[in-house]
Amino acid sequence: MNMTDMNSAAAATPSGRRQGEVILDLQNISLRFGGVKALTDISFNIREHEIRSIIGPNGAGKSSMLNVINGVYHPQEGRILYRGEERRRLEPYMAARQGIARTFQNIALFKGMSVLDNIMTGRNLKMKSNIFQQALYWGAAQQEEIAHREKVEEVIDFLEIQNVRKTPVGQLPYGLQKRVELGRALAAEPSLLLLDEPMAGMNVEEKQDMCRFILDVNDQFGTTIVLIEHDMGVVMDISDRVVVLDYGKKIGDGAPDEVRNNEDVISAYLGTSH
Amino acid sequence: MLYRENGQFKTSYAADQQIFPIFQERWAMALLLLVAFVVLPLVGSEYWFRAILIPFLILSLAALGLNILVGYCGQISLGTGAFMAVGAYAAYNFMVRIDGMPLIVAMLLGGLSATVIGVLFGIPSLRIKGLYLAVATLAAQFFTDWAFLRIGWFTNNSSSGSVSMARLDVFGLPIESPVTKYLFVLTVVCVFALMAKNLVRSAVGRQWMAIRDMDVAAAVIGIRPMYAKLSAFAVSSFIVGVAGVLWAFIHLGAWEPAAFSIDRSFQLLFMVIIGGLGSISGAFLGAAFIVLLPLALDQVPHLLGIPLSTATITHLVHMIFGALIVFFLIVEPHGLAKLWSVGKQKLRLWPFPH
Repeated sequence: MNMTDMNSAAAATPSGRRQGEVILDLQNISLRFGGVKALTDISFNIREHEIRSIIGPNGAGKSSMLNVINGVYHPQEGRILYRGEERRRLEPYMAARQGIARTFQNIALFKGMSVLDNIMTGRNLKMKSNIFQQALYWGAAQQEEIAHREKVEEVIDFLEIQNVRKTPVGQLPYGLQKRVELGRALAAEPSLLLLDEPMAGMNVEEKQDMCRFILDVNDQFGTTIVLIEHDMGVVMDISDRVVVLDYGKKIGDGAPDEVRNNEDVISAYLGTSH
Repeated sequence: MLYRENGQFKTSYAADQQIFPIFQERWAMALLLLVAFVVLPLVGSEYWFRAILIPFLILSLAALGLNILVGYCGQISLGTGAFMAVGAYAAYNFMVRIDGMPLIVAMLLGGLSATVIGVLFGIPSLRIKGLYLAVATLAAQFFTDWAFLRIGWFTNNSSSGSVSMARLDVFGLPIESPVTKYLFVLTVVCVFALMAKNLVRSAVGRQWMAIRDMDVAAAVIGIRPMYAKLSAFAVSSFIVGVAGVLWAFIHLGAWEPAAFSIDRSFQLLFMVIIGGLGSISGAFLGAAFIVLLPLALDQVPHLLGIPLSTATITHLVHMIFGALIVFFLIVEPHGLAKLWSVGKQKLRLWPFPH
């Protein structure tokens, strides 16, 4: 199968998952920090409802790619089309407004706050009451707190963390913290969810749980997911399409099986004899 | 029986989101308010009100304002004294320049003036963090010290540089006796404490804490760092400004810029750190620790009947006070409020360990 085929009409993947139109199209993205080229001329797209993985050795530019997608970094060259429209330079909070949520490689929870407050913070964009109403905790402010609490409880139920909802996140074990971070992203009801190594440092059971949550999110809410992960077993099992980066360049793109047999990918991971 | 929540089931989110979800706490709070509003005015002496309770309450309010900025939003500020001064001098000018200006309106306008200056000096926080920001806010301190000393207009061209406020009244009721002053201050402090608590448990409070704990993650979930930081500066300096008005009008009566020097800024910052960063009750505990404890220590030798000279007692108080600060910070770096909540957690399960 060649690239033009991949980009044409929407099609069901081998996994039988529904797959829609292209939601995000990255064209010829280059990102430099001074003389360091983090990303060089990278193009790929993301389709609605799919699970799209980005893999590559350490320092390949995977996290930089996510940072470009949600506006933390601004590429010097290239175009980003979101839902068919060219996106201008934007700040992270604007990306959040467009429905892009993410989790971080190193847990980036709000350590001083409880699980509940962390996930409630994920809904801040949907809260409309002003600061005066909030100071009086009256009318719209109180109604909002209750309405959004209900939504947050749904997320808590979904992730099975009811028993720790009032615990400060700093006291939770690592695996649960990762789960809370996913919850915070889910609370925003994103259409595009970026997950940066959600399973790093987890044991097999925790990985299985996390995989189940990711698949359920994708299945139940139709959320498009971009996943960075080092566990190849996981990537090959749950992804619809995989893009491979190495030294800031794209070296492979396609269904898991294609990528697995790609010569460049194999040499990037295993090394080549010179 | 004691402090237990057994059997207190919450059947709605509203019930779970109360400030005091446990009914023993609600009773304790009601009792505390009853003592403060009814019992103390009946039994307190003039000395108590003038030298202990009024300064304690006003400094609690200022510490509360500072805690919103430092404790909740994580922006260190050394300009608290300056914002108090702006509130005090602005309210003074509104009072002397506009005939028939009511005290409460002047107080709020003083707070608003402090808000404007606070937001202005908060702008550097968009680029710099931590200790560097603390140094930048020092600029506010030096600037206001200079302005109120050198620009005659602010002090209504008072020749001595000192200004005074006499004959205060609220809705026709004169605020002159220590008891009425105390009740007025207490009411203002309670109203602001309640509103501050409401803010920190609402969306804006979560935005402040999110910026404090992890600013990149906060931006990625849609919080605008500029809005969150500047709103914290605004709310904080408003409360601090109102505290400044109270300090000048009610506690001092007549004052000069030295009343709001950098010492005041440091004192308030220590109150917040010792009381507990990011806690409303922490502001009160911190103010109590710094204002009330030395006074209490002063009385101990008299009560025990130990004959010591006044000078010796003063030295001893300083030493013990310093040692206690170190002791509490080692026992619980997160402040007295944290110590209090840990104690409550233990009490909930007592006598069982888990």
